[in-house]
Amino acid sequence: MTTTTTTAREQAPPGRGGRPGGKAPATRRRVLLPARLRRAGLPYLLLLPALLLELLVHLVPMVIGIVMSFKELTQLTIGNWDAAPWKALGNYRVTVDLDAPVGAALLHSFLVTCAFSVLAVGLCWLIGTAAAIFLQDNFRGRGLLRALFLTPYALPIYAAVITWAFMFQRDNGLVNHVLHDQLHLTDGRPFWLLGDNSFVALLVVAVWKTWPFAFLVVTAALQSIPKDLYEAAALDGAGLVRQIRRITLPSLRPVNQVLVLVLFLWTFNDFNTPYVLFGKAAPEAADLLSLHIYQSSFVTWNFGTGSAMSVLLLLFLLVVTAGYLLATSRGRKHADG
Amino acid sequence: MRILRAATVTATVTALAAAASGCGGGTSPGGGGSNDSPKTLTYWASNQGPNVEADKKILGPELKKFERRTGIKVKLEVIPWPDLLNRILAATTSGQGPDVLNIGNTWSASLQATGALLPWDKRNLDEIGGRDRFVAPALGATGAAGKDPAAVPLYSLTYALYYNKQMFKEAGISEPPATWDELVADGKKISKDGTWGLGAEGGQLTNNIHQAFALGKQHGADFFDAAGKPTFTSDGAVAAVKQYVDFMAKDQIIAPGNAEYGQNQSLRDFAKGRTAMVLWQAAATTFAADGMKPDDWGVVPVPVPSGTPGTGRQINSMLAGINIAVFKNTHNLDGARKFVKFMTSDAEQKLLNKTYGSVPPVKAAQQDPAFNRQDTKVLRETLTRSAAPLPQVADEAQFETSVGTAIKDLFADAAAGHPVTTESVRARLTKAEQQMAK
Repeated sequence: MTTTTTTAREQAPPGRGGRPGGKAPATRRRVLLPARLRRAGLPYLLLLPALLLELLVHLVPMVIGIVMSFKELTQLTIGNWDAAPWKALGNYRVTVDLDAPVGAALLHSFLVTCAFSVLAVGLCWLIGTAAAIFLQDNFRGRGLLRALFLTPYALPIYAAVITWAFMFQRDNGLVNHVLHDQLHLTDGRPFWLLGDNSFVALLVVAVWKTWPFAFLVVTAALQSIPKDLYEAAALDGAGLVRQIRRITLPSLRPVNQVLVLVLFLWTFNDFNTPYVLFGKAAPEAADLLSLHIYQSSFVTWNFGTGSAMSVLLLLFLLVVTAGYLLATSRGRKHADG
Repeated sequence: MRILRAATVTATVTALAAAASGCGGGTSPGGGGSNDSPKTLTYWASNQGPNVEADKKILGPELKKFERRTGIKVKLEVIPWPDLLNRILAATTSGQGPDVLNIGNTWSASLQATGALLPWDKRNLDEIGGRDRFVAPALGATGAAGKDPAAVPLYSLTYALYYNKQMFKEAGISEPPATWDELVADGKKISKDGTWGLGAEGGQLTNNIHQAFALGKQHGADFFDAAGKPTFTSDGAVAAVKQYVDFMAKDQIIAPGNAEYGQNQSLRDFAKGRTAMVLWQAAATTFAADGMKPDDWGVVPVPVPSGTPGTGRQINSMLAGINIAVFKNTHNLDGARKFVKFMTSDAEQKLLNKTYGSVPPVKAAQQDPAFNRQDTKVLRETLTRSAAPLPQVADEAQFETSVGTAIKDLFADAAAGHPVTTESVRARLTKAEQQMAK
């Protein structure tokens, strides 16, 4: 992309008649198109291939997904899906009918996902930021610690999560061995992958897997805070806590804004963690939306309903993202003003 | 320069447009096969060996043999199980798929409903030697009743009861159980001091379904009626599910921890001598991999109420297996049929089933002594005598998910010490049945 833009800019002067010999054709073209429009149109023309690709790669699948949500798409019609019968809002009606089992299960799954996302994002951010701040000052072994902290992020998801799945096993898992056999914290051996505890297990794995990203981003952002700010604050007698509250956190604000949003979107959409941890059917307490949608569409060959749920999920995430960006950027303008 | 750029843009746009229109749209409903490319075939094999590489090594020489005989080159792709159904569905929607493919036999009716597979009518079947070459139960798992089969049986498997000889001897049991009452009694004798009678995979939906299905047959219950409507809450179905979960809840011969097993941990427990019995299909290689010698375990048919497996209420196993199918849009219809004929020939059936530890669904191939060892003999006899295919209905996948999850939840209840009653079983199955409603 960069090369095309540069070439275009280099070529532009002759077109405007900078070169003596090029004057005649330039004038002729000027008759056909007003100069301003021509100049304004050029960037769009150059962007066109990228735009088309973007349409193809991003928008077309989304539009097809939306179209699918209005169809009755099961194994009977999948072979010729453009001829599948239209169902109008039928799929959506099933999905949002809270008295019927499908809608009620979806609402339950939605609430679980909300609680899970808020907790996971909060913990990831907190642990990541704390670790980044503690590792800001230079000391021996800092590099080693940083590398160590990043390991969960670098591990392949399947390998990491399946290890947790074995650690959470009731009879011969490491977690129960430590909690029950060594520390005697629990009465019996609790199940971690069944029942209500599964929510905790899922949260632990998700935070463990994602917090290094928060750590990485905050570490990078901390490098750009000028050292003299801290020196001046120290001269004025501000302690560590005050420095963090008055200098570090306000400086991190723009980074945090993006970080929290990205973490939220990832966590809310997370499919791999619950899938590897629980298999096709998650316990009710840990029934995240993406797995729920997978189960109600792919596993049961009911693609129309699944698409309708996905579209609802997309709408919800769009609303949250837009609201979040609106709220945070207005707040920042205030702070700046 | 400028002209060149314009040309590039135009070319790109045209290519994109072509690609876009190529992606859209499904297959035409009447689209049959052709013989446009008679010299090549693409074959999607399921992963039957320890890994994909092993499968390539096993199948490679056979495909070469086929090429020497017919001049048709077979492009082999071995597809791992988690991807196989996704790939088939993608091929179905786009119409761009392999010529020949393996499918799990429980998918037969669902895939048949998509219309993507070549129906094996009498003419097609005659070309590979006719219906009678195959054992009847295996042919029953090739599509909905009353329709032409959507696939042909390739490898077959059934369940058997594996038991630990040493643990039985120590508990003073001379004969392995033939009825469920005996199994429970034996299990209770063994279940003490950290060892348990029976192993189970409570978190594995398909395994739950397989066990509940066979027990359901013994209670005279099918999970679907003749019209294909779910009947999960019939008295027989409830009793079957309760009987299975009660091995943990009431009889206490299954360790509570098995409720969360889903990665074949129960086989490892068996190999390590922590449980004395498991119900499994062809587990010999897994036991060997976990360090258990073939002499240490015995194998008998899965118990039935009367003690003698047979048909009807004495059915003691679901019929598991792999079918081979031809994609309707193939460009080499004759070659595809020839390839299926080759794969189901006596010689290939003997060789491949021997290698994979399965039982040939082809009668003549079963005569080989390899299918007369202590374990394969039981599997083979069960296949011909007392196995039945899972319901061949288009909603089979939903059934596995919804009822499999219900049993998983019931095991979780039992493991947590909550009572499992007829009412609680019925409530879970009612919920499962509601999920099936369109």
